[in-house]
Order: sequence, then C-alpha cells, then structure tokens
Amino acid sequence: MSVLVILEQRGGKWNRMSFETMAAAGKIAKEMGAEIEAAVVGADVQALAEDASRYEAQKVYAVAHPLLAEYTPDGMTAALEQLIRAVRPQLVLFPHSYQVRDYAPKLATRFGKALASDAIDVRVADGQVRFTRQLFQGKLNAEVQAAGEPQFASVQAGAFRAAQPGAGAHTVETFTPNLEPSQIRSQPEEPFRETQRAVDLSAAETIVSVGRGIKDKDSMPVVEALAEVLGAELAASRPICDNGWLPMERQVGSSGQTVSPKVYFAVGISGAIQHLVGMKGSKTVVAINKDESAPIFEMADYGVVGDLFEVVPALVEEIKKAKA
Amino acid sequence: MAVGAYWKKKRMKTIVCVKQVPARDSTVRLSSDKKWLDETDVTFEMNEPDAYALEEALQLRDKAGGEVVVLSVGPPRVTSTIREALAKGADRAIHIDSGSEPPLDASGTAQLIAAALKTESPELVLTGLQSDDAGYGQTGVILAEYLGFCHATIVMEVSIGEGSVRVKRELEDGWFQHVTMPLPAVLTIQSGIKKLRYATLMGIKKAKTKEVRTIPASDLKIERNGGLTITSVNAPQRNKQTQLFTGPARDVAKQLVEKLKFEARVI
Ligand SMILES: Cc1cc2nc3c(=O)[nH]c(=O)nc-3n(C[C@H](O)[C@H](O)[C@H](O)COP(=O)(O)OP(=O)(O)OC[C@H]3O[C@@H](n4cnc5c(N)ncnc54)[C@H](O)[C@@H]3O)c2cc1C
Ligand SMILES: Nc1ncnc2c1ncn2[C@@H]1O[C@H](COP(=O)(O)O)[C@@H](O)[C@H]1O
Repeated sequence: MSVLVILEQRGGKWNRMSFETMAAAGKIAKEMGAEIEAAVVGADVQALAEDASRYEAQKVYAVAHPLLAEYTPDGMTAALEQLIRAVRPQLVLFPHSYQVRDYAPKLATRFGKALASDAIDVRVADGQVRFTRQLFQGKLNAEVQAAGEPQFASVQAGAFRAAQPGAGAHTVETFTPNLEPSQIRSQPEEPFRETQRAVDLSAAETIVSVGRGIKDKDSMPVVEALAEVLGAELAASRPICDNGWLPMERQVGSSGQTVSPKVYFAVGISGAIQHLVGMKGSKTVVAINKDESAPIFEMADYGVVGDLFEVVPALVEEIKKAKA
Repeated sequence: MAVGAYWKKKRMKTIVCVKQVPARDSTVRLSSDKKWLDETDVTFEMNEPDAYALEEALQLRDKAGGEVVVLSVGPPRVTSTIREALAKGADRAIHIDSGSEPPLDASGTAQLIAAALKTESPELVLTGLQSDDAGYGQTGVILAEYLGFCHATIVMEVSIGEGSVRVKRELEDGWFQHVTMPLPAVLTIQSGIKKLRYATLMGIKKAKTKEVRTIPASDLKIERNGGLTITSVNAPQRNKQTQLFTGPARDVAKQLVEKLKFEARVI
C-alpha cells in the first residue's frame, strides 16, 4: 500500500490538521505495511517540505509554482492531479479542512472516484482500507469502502492525535506542475477578519454555551441566569449567532472561537463536530440535553438528560445554595 | 457590482438543489440491513443550508429578475419539500425520482443532477454546503466539475455582476475571503446568510399550479463505478466516561452540583 498525505499550509504556516492526517496514514502503515509519502503545495514551499521531512513520510514533494501562491480550486486540482498521476499512490489522504472541502471532491472526480470525506477513523479489514464517517451529524457512524484506486479520503479535525517528528530527515523532492494562467478561473482576494473581537472567550474559566434547544430569543434569560450565578461568559453554537440572539463573536466552533475553560456547560447543543472542535479542550464538560443519543454526551464528563427549561432553573437554585 | 440593464435583457436562470432529510430532532433507528436508517416514523424536512440557498436565489431573482428552478433527487416523498420550495416562490421544479433505490453517494447524486441539467444551461447553481443526513459536503463541488463550471464553497454573500459573480467565503477561525469568478458557477451556501421567508397562503395555493417535471433516475443512465459503499452502520461509542443523570430536575441538579463542587471542584 502506498499512501500520499496532502499537507496544508497558508502563508507559510502549517494547518495543524496536516499532522493529524499523517498520523492516520501511520495507522494504516502499522496495520498493513504501507509506504507513506507527503506533499505540500504553494509558490515556495521548500522550507515547509524540509520541515515535513522529519515526520514518518519517506519522501516529501514540494509542489511549487508561482500560480500556486494563492489557493484556487483550479490551481490546486491541476497541480495535485499531475502529482498523483506521476506518483501513483493507492490512497490519497487529506485533512478535512475548509480548503480541502473546496477542491478534494473535484480532484477525486478527475479520477472518476469518490472522496470518503470527514473520516473519523481508518482501519484495515480483509486487506482493504475502511473509513468510518459520521451520519446524521454524529448520531450514527457508517463504515465505508471505496472502489478501485487511487482511493481518496479526508480526515476529521481532532480524530487523530498529531504525529510527532522523528530524529532524522527524509528526502525532499521538488515537483513542478505545468500550469497556465488561463487554467485558473477564479480571482481570490486577501483573506480578512470582520472586526476586532471585543470578547476573548479563550481566557474564560467558565463558559455557559447555549444551542438551538433554547428555541427562541425570549428564553435566553434562562441561560443568562446560569451564567450569572456561575460568573461565566455566555457563548453559543452557530444557529444562535446566525439568528442574532448573541453576537457572532460569542460563537464557539470551527468558524468561531476555540475555548478551553475549566468548565463548559453545553445547554441544548447537539454536539456537531464543527462545534466540538471549538470546545473539546475544556477541562470539564457538562451537557444538558433532552436527547440521550445527542453526540455531545460522548464528550461530556457530566450529562443531564432532561428538559433544559426544568434543569437549568433547578441548577441555578442549587448553585446559589452551594455558594451561600 | 451593479445589476443593471444586463440582467434585464438576459433572464438569469438559477437552479437550487434541495435535499429532503430526516428532521433534526428525529430519533434515528438502524434499518434491518444495518446500512441506513429505518425511515418508518421519521418526519422529513428541507436540508437546512438548502433553505438558505433557496432564499439567496429568490432574493437574487427579486433584484435581477429571471427564474428560480428547484431540483431534488429522491423517492416520491421528496415532492413535499419541492412543493414547499415552490410555495416560497420558486418558479418551477425538477424531481429526479430515484424510486425505491437506496441513496447514492455524493458523486452519484452529482452525476444525476448534471445529466438532468444538460438541457437547462443555468447561470447559477446553488446547493447547500452539506447535507444533515449523509454529510458528504461534496455534491456541489462534484457537480461543478461535471458541468465544467467554476465553484466556490461555504459562501456567505453573493453579488452578481455582468457575467461574473463575487462571493464572500468563510474560512476557518473567523476569517473570510472574497472571490470573483465567471458565470456559470456553482455556489455551496452556508446557513444563516439571510433571513428565511415563510410560505404565504397565496404562495401555497400558487404552488399547486407550478410545473414539476419528474425524471426517473434510471432514464439518466449514469455510469457508476468508483463509488463509496456503506459496509455497516453503528451507534457511536462513548470515549469519555460520561456520568449521566436522569430524573426529576431538582434531584439531578443536586447531584450535579455535588459533583461539580467535590469531584470536579469547579464551584
Ligand atoms: C463548514 C461549517 C462550519 C460550521 N461552523 C460552526 C461553528 O463554528 N460553531 C457551531 O456551533 N456550529 C458550526 N456549524 C454548524 C454545526 O454543524 C451544527 O449545525 C450546529 O453546531 C448545531 O447547533 P445546535 O447544537 O445548537 O443545534 P441542533 O443540532 O439543532 O441541536 C439542538 C439540541 O438541543 C436539544 N434540545 C432541544 N430542546 C431541548 C430542551 N428543551 N432541553 C434540552 N435540550 C433540548 C436537542 O436534543 C438537540 O440535541 C458549522 C457547520 C459547517 C458545515
Ligand atoms: N438528493 C439530493 N437532491 C438535491 N440536492 C442534493 C441531494 N443531495 C445533495 N444535494 C445538494 O448538495 C448539498 C450537499 O450535500 P452533501 O454533498 O450530501 O453534503 C446539499 O445541501 C444539497 O443542496
């Protein structure tokens, strides 16, 4: 088995998920014996490729071209298509980042293949690589198998602990794809941040986070009371901020803030992966949800299965007593 | 970008792909073959980001004129979701009827949609960024590749120019980026970009008279190889030791506060 790991960088900095993907490749190597190679793509990626050569991959391709200075789906797809045709890996592994979402399905389609996206595990069974993917926002897990080669799969954020570099360095090889300006149809502008964040939740010790279980804006005082009695910061899942019930800057998750408080109360939050990546560094997680099968309970140290409109006010009373 | 006389002359056609998925709060039970869920007792609804894709399309039409066509692939039950989209204001619909066949993976679905769109030549195709049930997050991107269109994913804002479109994309960690691309294009829409409208009584009435073209999936003759096969479906394992409390609110609140005070020591 030969595995090609696509590492991701932006502006010369690694996306941490790159080395989680390397770890997934390492698991396959351990289970069935596999050669691992890696690639990093950009205008000038020599230094990054050197850095990556300290990891498990036997060879790292520095895929470089001036037209790859800024990410575009056309440029990335064309460059990686050429690399894959030259190197002929049996499996291509990506981190399931926003960038990978944008081009990997297109790339796999070039090979007439499907991408096993957002895999939370890989294992070898009957000599075949199988991927575990979540269904229904994490309520069920499906094991999937891809037909033919090369296979394509992307690995969910946090599903594997990032690989660590070894002592020595492996080979770095430059790969220069053939690219023409006319192949790149879209014009990206500079990435930007909306406004300076007035609230920094990353320093908060206690967070009360509210999800769609709260039903409507008028019910927000229910969780506000809990935050108040705990001296906690209030945060939310995405739909709450989308609805404008709390400002955007209080959103926790992959497109919001990453927090790691001593205690995180998830109230009426189902626990979709895009939320979990933002709060899984919390020391203690308390989940309150009426659905026992909600994925948030897989993360929680303490879980209350019940109606938040009954549980939260009762909790506020008990905390007041405990503090008195 | 101004939407001037250009779109007055050229009728902009937007296709919106909507998927019908189990309602968010459904209890999911495995089917007897353990390959999908048991659909009896499940209520269905429009996939959430698809509702936002539809809203975006309707607002673009309200500004620039033209036509909004909803498209859905699925068994006959999906016509209820199609009717909902028509009631909200879509002009007509295409239903690719997959009969009693099991759902296809994202590339199979995209192939069907691409085949059905051959005779449509739209300027814009909008999809949701991800389906709540299968969660591939891929159908729009694959569709763009089959159609030879440009695409952008995780789109938060759309502004139409003359023969081009400029979008605001969401990146990780609160970053955004504007991207401009020529039309025709496929955009995958993120939830929350606009406020959703409700269907009016008038809309519901009108929807009954709007055209729904049904195409049997088997008529589209797509070739399937290199797809994904689901080998099994299971309930996830808990990896943390979760202490679960159930019962009357007052009792669980007491127990929880004990734990938080003496075990986790956070109160
Ligand atoms: C690219 C991308 C980026 C995203 N970024 C983010 C992000 O940064 N942050 C984020 O949070 N999400 C993000 N999402 C959305 C994410 O996938 C989920 O849709 C979202 O987190 C769900 O929010 P929720 O848990 O509040 O709502 P739901 O999933 O609707 O869950 C509501 C929960 O409340 C429970 N409930 C209902 N009523 C009660 C009651 N009376 N008492 C107790 N419990 C109750 C239900 O059982 C359910 O579990 C992103 C998605 C994508 C595709
Ligand atoms: N069966 C379907 N019918 C219509 N549109 C679909 C279908 N499946 C997926 N889509 C569209 O593709 C988007 C992404 O779906 P997925 O790739 O399954 O995550 C959805 O939000 C829909 O807009």
